[in-house]
Amino acid sequence: MSLLSPTRRTFLTACTAMLMATSTAGRARTISGGPPVSPDNTSPPEQVRLGPWQFFAADEASLVEAAVDRLIPPDERGPGGKEAGCAVFIDRQLAGPYGRAAGLYTRPPFMPGAETQGYQSPDSPAARYRAGLKAIAAYVKATYSGKTFAELAAADQDKVLSGLETNAIKLDGVKGPDFFTLLLNNTMEGFFADPIYGGNRDMAGWKLVGFPGARYDYRDWVERHNEPYPLPPVSIMGRADWTTKG
Amino acid sequence: MTTATRTLLAASSAILILSGAAFGRDKQSFDQIGHGRYLTTLSDCAGCHTAPGGAPFAGGLPLQTPFGTLVAPNITPDTETGIGNWSDDDFVAAIRDGRGHNGVRLYPAMPYPAYTKMTRDDVLAIRAYLATVPPVRHNVVANQLPFPFNIRLVMLAWNWVNFTPGRYMPDPGKSAEWNRGAYIVQGPGHCGTCHTPKNLLGGDKSDQPLQGAVLQGWFAPNITADQHKGIGQWSKDDLAQYLKTGTNKWTLASGPMAEAVTHSTSQMTDADVTAIAAYLLDSGAGQSTKPAPVAADDPVMKAGAAIYKDACSACHKGDGSGESQLFPRLAGSSLVQSDDPTTLVRMVLHGSYAVATPAAPTGPGMPAFDWRLNDAQAAAVVTYIRNSWGNAAPPVSADTVSRSRAQLAKSP
Amino acid sequence: MARKLPRKDVVIIGLGWTGSILGYELAKAGLDVVAIERGPWRDTATDFPPAYAPDELRYAVRLDLFLRPAQDTLTFRNKMNQTALPIRNFSGFLPGNGVGGAGVHWNGQTWRFLPTDFKLRSHLEQRYGKAMLPDDMTIQDWPVSYDELEPCYDRFEKLCGTSGKAGNLRGAIQAGGNPFEGWRSSEYPTPPLKQGLAATLFAEAARKVGHSPFPQPASNLSEAYTNPLGIRMGQCSYCGFCERFGCGNYSKASPQVCVLPALLRFPNFTAQTESEVTRINLDSTGKRATGVTYVDTSGEEWEQPADMVLLCAFSFFNVQLMLLSGIGKPYDPQTGQGVVGRNYAYQTTSGVSIILKDKVLNPFIATGAHGMIIDDYNGDNFDHTGLGFFGGGYMGAGQTNGRPIQTRPVPKGTPKWGAAWKKATAETYQHGFGLSTHGSSYSYRDCYLDLDPTYKDRFGRPLMRMTFDFHDNELKMSAYLTERLAEIAKAMNPSEVSAHPRKGPYDSTIYQTTHNTGGTVMGSDPATSVLNRYCQSWDVHNVFVPGGASVFPQNHGYNPTDTVGALAYWTADAITTRYLKNPGPLM
Repeated sequence: MSLLSPTRRTFLTACTAMLMATSTAGRARTISGGPPVSPDNTSPPEQVRLGPWQFFAADEASLVEAAVDRLIPPDERGPGGKEAGCAVFIDRQLAGPYGRAAGLYTRPPFMPGAETQGYQSPDSPAARYRAGLKAIAAYVKATYSGKTFAELAAADQDKVLSGLETNAIKLDGVKGPDFFTLLLNNTMEGFFADPIYGGNRDMAGWKLVGFPGARYDYRDWVERHNEPYPLPPVSIMGRADWTTKG
Repeated sequence: MTTATRTLLAASSAILILSGAAFGRDKQSFDQIGHGRYLTTLSDCAGCHTAPGGAPFAGGLPLQTPFGTLVAPNITPDTETGIGNWSDDDFVAAIRDGRGHNGVRLYPAMPYPAYTKMTRDDVLAIRAYLATVPPVRHNVVANQLPFPFNIRLVMLAWNWVNFTPGRYMPDPGKSAEWNRGAYIVQGPGHCGTCHTPKNLLGGDKSDQPLQGAVLQGWFAPNITADQHKGIGQWSKDDLAQYLKTGTNKWTLASGPMAEAVTHSTSQMTDADVTAIAAYLLDSGAGQSTKPAPVAADDPVMKAGAAIYKDACSACHKGDGSGESQLFPRLAGSSLVQSDDPTTLVRMVLHGSYAVATPAAPTGPGMPAFDWRLNDAQAAAVVTYIRNSWGNAAPPVSADTVSRSRAQLAKSP
Repeated sequence: MARKLPRKDVVIIGLGWTGSILGYELAKAGLDVVAIERGPWRDTATDFPPAYAPDELRYAVRLDLFLRPAQDTLTFRNKMNQTALPIRNFSGFLPGNGVGGAGVHWNGQTWRFLPTDFKLRSHLEQRYGKAMLPDDMTIQDWPVSYDELEPCYDRFEKLCGTSGKAGNLRGAIQAGGNPFEGWRSSEYPTPPLKQGLAATLFAEAARKVGHSPFPQPASNLSEAYTNPLGIRMGQCSYCGFCERFGCGNYSKASPQVCVLPALLRFPNFTAQTESEVTRINLDSTGKRATGVTYVDTSGEEWEQPADMVLLCAFSFFNVQLMLLSGIGKPYDPQTGQGVVGRNYAYQTTSGVSIILKDKVLNPFIATGAHGMIIDDYNGDNFDHTGLGFFGGGYMGAGQTNGRPIQTRPVPKGTPKWGAAWKKATAETYQHGFGLSTHGSSYSYRDCYLDLDPTYKDRFGRPLMRMTFDFHDNELKMSAYLTERLAEIAKAMNPSEVSAHPRKGPYDSTIYQTTHNTGGTVMGSDPATSVLNRYCQSWDVHNVFVPGGASVFPQNHGYNPTDTVGALAYWTADAITTRYLKNPGPLM
């Protein structure tokens, strides 16, 4: 410790010595004299925590868990969609900006168009799940003597899912193929996205295909042709080997 | 004044003409002002006495010292709030002896224990230059220390223990370049203010000059020619390039040194940075013995290796070689192997931006990892970096990381 | 009422590649420059550091770095008799947002157009006869030649540090390079990237079939490099998170990496971020711009007076601002009169997927721009007599990633889910690979941009309306190229091969490229162009559109960025050496 030491400005000013960043208003800003950089501005993703459902009601969650486990069934190659956390992933996504259609163009008028013109409904993904799950539950209840989707045998669950996919099943107020595509896409996202978002638990999706995950340096392997990459997958929050053993 | 410094004055005088204050002065005082302007840069007066974005030399930002807050005062020629009514002798006494106007004792945050080495001519040249800057009325309450440190007379006792007044005495056995370097390092450049370890009172441990010290949550590394803990592996050109541009093939300046580079060393003449290099690389420090590295099969090292591979190699490369002038080389780095891991730990947790200079404008950033690594993981990767590729240094504990994390959360 | 700011010499709208290059060149020339950017500041170590840059969901699927449609989008229809509907979520193409623009998330593919591309109409008419071109095809010669632009290409590639192997050095054909390319005044700044197995096998097969494969020119650097601005770049680490992502280790060229650290050192340069220019203001004659009006994030309106306005936004938004500001005559497809919005074009891409069952491909070891390529079927490098189409493209093995949400090859006939899907996915991931063609998109009378009559942006301004569909010429071209590519693919002895030539209609929901060109095209005739050969407005002499892809008269069989960068330098030279001496029309 030293009384003599602080003849320099603080660290913060060292970072911004060249910087004159002033605000005109709001977040808009005027930058001159050097890049407005500080390591404090970092924006890492937040780790999804296990815990109660944030978007789904209990019956919705059980339907989704059963469905993702048929879309990606457990087998000798590894866990299915449920164990891999796909339903948790979808729940957290729907509770967040994605569920609200944040950032999308949502101004009227809403008119049906050609396929090539893309999605044209005012419904957000969250609203589509609410309606889609309700319609599927009603269909299953009516068709399978009062049962829920989760109570159906696997073969019947598959039958419902492919009925939605092929438009063979008509749902009340919901286009089956559209909802099926949404559910399938989100399930695949959950299975293959970084585990930090709640799915791909234990990197099950990455292990299934042999994707090494959130790595950033393959210089040592680019010319090792025809040799499998030797290291296990790593997630943004690391892997087991990061923790000292013994 | 050396011939070299006279030559460079011609270059800086172009700007002086603009200041207006130089008009009408005779040739000698014109030269003196130019010389003073350069010495002001060499001594980095603005580093403390100019607040960022503030009027030049009108007073700095509050400096947090271990003993309390000090503010570098207004040294513009304003007669009321600056130093306009100081005599030359007042000025020389302040710079070289820490005795201010009317005998007020200065705190050694003002590096008079280094400036005492300067010649009277050089000090008066600074004085002459400062007399030409626009006077600014700005009252600075310099002393904001708590009792008992706010009693300036305390410094009398401090000086008795820690302060050795006296000019720099050239070593006739060394070259003019070496002596010039020694003069800058010990005098105006006040390198030891940061880089020399301090005793409990904050005075220099004069038997360990430039062997590295902690300040403001950074470790100012050993800059002696020690092969292991110092910069003995650097060539003269490497060091001169570092001072001039803020970077070289080994490393990049950041933290407090980034500021020293911006305000002072990057503006030095080529001859002066080369002279500093000549002196520092011949500073005759004892060669430390390298400890045995932590074994690669140590569980902490194995965890550290996995983290390094996954999180660090994209920039610093698998073999720790980094990238010249972009990503610091970790293999063989004395800073990495310092006994004190303060800088290394804060870099991993908090990140930092390297200095950008006209000659090396890149200014790359090291991102923060505090959100990604827990204390044990950060400790493991730091221990791994300190003990791989030929490096060897004591392991760093999770507790050390934890303390650093807490400190950074308080004052990044 | 807008609050008026102090006058500047130059106001730049948009701080991407062209804005930062023009900013640097004009600040260096001593002008007082402000760049107004509607998106945020972005920086490597905080916006996409290696620790979380490799996040497919955030960046490639949720599109973290891109323009949000809520901020601005456009409407789309294939045909003039349809009602255009808004693109509510970008997916077919992805405009950038923020400082660096599309230069942050691009692949790094750095191609020059062919010398004959610059005189496309006259070349084709001369070689094949005027009657062979479709009546509604509105292609035209560029007002600059390849020879004129060559030094500018060279400068942009040196700015980026582009990695590659020259195929034509001052007229001498070089082994290992692209023998069809225009002459180069110098070798690439850095050597080619390393290649993976699939690209190596493709090159062997292409050679067997008689072609000349070469490494794709990439601004993802094979080794560390210091550019002419003194800025240091790193070595690409083949992470496979390139396009749609920012680069975490300073190895992919971008305005952030290559220009801004030097540009921001100029005391006479200022960037104003998160502020959107709503119009370019004209004086009472309508012949001179007086500056721009912009709105900041709080909704406050500001007027920035300036002597010169440089429109450096993404192509659609260049066109939109010209139309909203009343600069140039809007294009009318019925009469063919007018110019602003005319000659919108795109890119005609296609693919051939292969499975090499006995090879381990490690598809995740990739960059946005490596790979082995042939150029035998680009532009007019091959005889089009009797083929029934014009144009072409490069083709090759340049798969950019193995990110598993979006890249999961499976054999033909595999279901999309369930046990069979899982088995096929697990068994194919390491062995599947995509080859691709990157074809030209010529311009047509009924492919254009105008203001939408119904849909508005958040300021109440009409959205851009895109009317675009593929024409027979392009679909035939794609079929021909894809067939050629499949022939090479078969020579790789794959266990499975499937060709996917581009089919109509154009589908705005399927990602193809973000190479949206035209709308403010440069030309020699004010009746068919918005800008003269110096990218200067014919109508308002102190407005320039310095080289965004909106100035292309049609699109050729290459990625646009190298030409965009070259035209930025071309325009900067015209301004500093000609316009500043005598402000007024340069033609």
